[in-house]
Amino acid sequence: MEKTSCRGRIWVLQDRAGRLIEDIDTDQIFHNAFLHITEISEMGQHALGNLEGWKDFAAKARPGDILVAGRNFGAGSSRQQAVDCFIALKTGAVLAPSFSSIYFRNAVNSGFPVLRCGVLEEMAGQRRLESGDEIEVDVRAGQGLNLSKKVRFEVEPMSAVQWDIFQAGNLFAFGRALNRRS
Amino acid sequence: MTIIEKIIQHHTEDEVSPGRIVWMDLDIRSARDFGGPNVVKNYEREYAGLPLADKTKTFFTFDLCAPACTLRYADNQQACRDFALKQGVEVFDVDRGIGTHVLMEEGLAQPDSTVVGTDSHMNILGAVGCFGQGMGDVDITFAFRSGRTWFEVPETVKVVLKGAYKKPTAAKDLTLFLLKELGTKKIALRAAEFYGPAVAGLTLAGRLTLASMITEMAGIIGFIPEGFEAAKQELAGLTKPSRGLSSSVSADEGAAYAEIIELDVQGLPPQVAAPFSPTNVKPVSELRGTKIHSGFIGSCTNGRFEDFSEAARILKSRKVKKGVMLKVVPATRRVYEELLSRGILEDLFRSGAIIHNPGCGGCAEGHVGLTGKGEVQISTGNRNFAGKQGKGETYLASPAVVAASCVLGQIASPEDI
Repeated sequence: MEKTSCRGRIWVLQDRAGRLIEDIDTDQIFHNAFLHITEISEMGQHALGNLEGWKDFAAKARPGDILVAGRNFGAGSSRQQAVDCFIALKTGAVLAPSFSSIYFRNAVNSGFPVLRCGVLEEMAGQRRLESGDEIEVDVRAGQGLNLSKKVRFEVEPMSAVQWDIFQAGNLFAFGRALNRRS
Repeated sequence: MTIIEKIIQHHTEDEVSPGRIVWMDLDIRSARDFGGPNVVKNYEREYAGLPLADKTKTFFTFDLCAPACTLRYADNQQACRDFALKQGVEVFDVDRGIGTHVLMEEGLAQPDSTVVGTDSHMNILGAVGCFGQGMGDVDITFAFRSGRTWFEVPETVKVVLKGAYKKPTAAKDLTLFLLKELGTKKIALRAAEFYGPAVAGLTLAGRLTLASMITEMAGIIGFIPEGFEAAKQELAGLTKPSRGLSSSVSADEGAAYAEIIELDVQGLPPQVAAPFSPTNVKPVSELRGTKIHSGFIGSCTNGRFEDFSEAARILKSRKVKKGVMLKVVPATRRVYEELLSRGILEDLFRSGAIIHNPGCGGCAEGHVGLTGKGEVQISTGNRNFAGKQGKGETYLASPAVVAASCVLGQIASPEDI
């Protein structure tokens, strides 16, 4: 069955002034002191472990939780661990106005939903998106709904490649499906 | 077509235009000691018993923790070596230095070729007209097996630089100035082509410096088509004679750019990026006098012979100020050898610098030491994000500015000496 939506409690990554934190880099998401880790199950505990104000995320995160961040999320290194640490925690998705190119690819290839959304800053500023709210996002139609506040918002739908890989599970499964077709 | 569009078109049968996703052939696929062990683990889980697409196009490059400084890295590197031996893949081991530079010196990163690896600064290869791209371990595992990947063709921005600058201003200062002007937004997710006399005259080392920090501008890759022939001659001098360099790199007349940005660099003074962002750039005069505890010269951004010889011009017959620690890390074994044979290493050593073996140490958190809480470092690296090299604060600058600052114990311009 097609999985078309993500639903969960949100964490809005804001600074003290209430602005979404921009340029969150991979050292803040998964610090380079732990790059030697190759087991995904060991990675979750380090998620956001170097992001000031959010270092308790891994301890408090619940499966399905959704992150809301500022533009250029995942700047910096090519480390897959910065995606895998969220997969380890069963995080549902990350929403941001934009992502770094490598981070976005890594997430797409792992079948982890990363969704571009241009109205997040405005919504967070108007408290129409607040940490703890429950949201649901239809990744195919590009529709978001804040269930706690009964507010709808638009999200950029997944591209064909992102959708195909997401449905297959990851790039490896997608590649096998391609080979069977050809 | 723009340069990136032409290179991609030479590697795909799909139609190439910005925004389209194409399946692209990859000429070289590589993995480091970071990411590499994950690639091996992925490969053995997903493709057990299946061959690589082409073992002669697949490489490991160990540069992050070289030689291994922790047991985990030692295990990880050995796992890669075992896999490489079994698959018949060449390893550029811990003695060789920074992978991107080694691939370039080996003639494996050619103009008009496509090269991927587990290094976010893989796009440094734009300096030699090669489409280098950093990727995560899932991507690279898939590339090892299939020799291909999907890629969204980026838009291209044309950046035209007017005017010229003089020494001691260097390619790093120009690069930091561009970081200030372009930030992480103007070329984000796009390719850039740089034009104008200030870049046309850049040496290969200078081109590498600029190309290496496109990543910090959130760009896909940067190319410098003007003056490319001279840089190619330099590159040909480094590479083995068996690997020719035939292709050129230029955009077509009438290529479509998403945006044209003009900037004036006339008389640009030396620049410094203050903590905690490579885009937090100021002229050195605004930071002059900031007390430093340590310095670092090296990294993929400033790890070539020319970078160390610039530093040595200042440090020769002078001393690193007492209480300041200067760490020196050549990019590759080849650079180290040249520094050694031409007496530069001795000049640096006698000034008080600590000379380390080649690799990424000093820029990435590795075995070349960390900064402690309260420590202020001035570095020729490319990143000064909080926590990147430890708990201290890192300022980014050119080799000449780092050398001058280490002599005076405070941030300084080479002209202050």
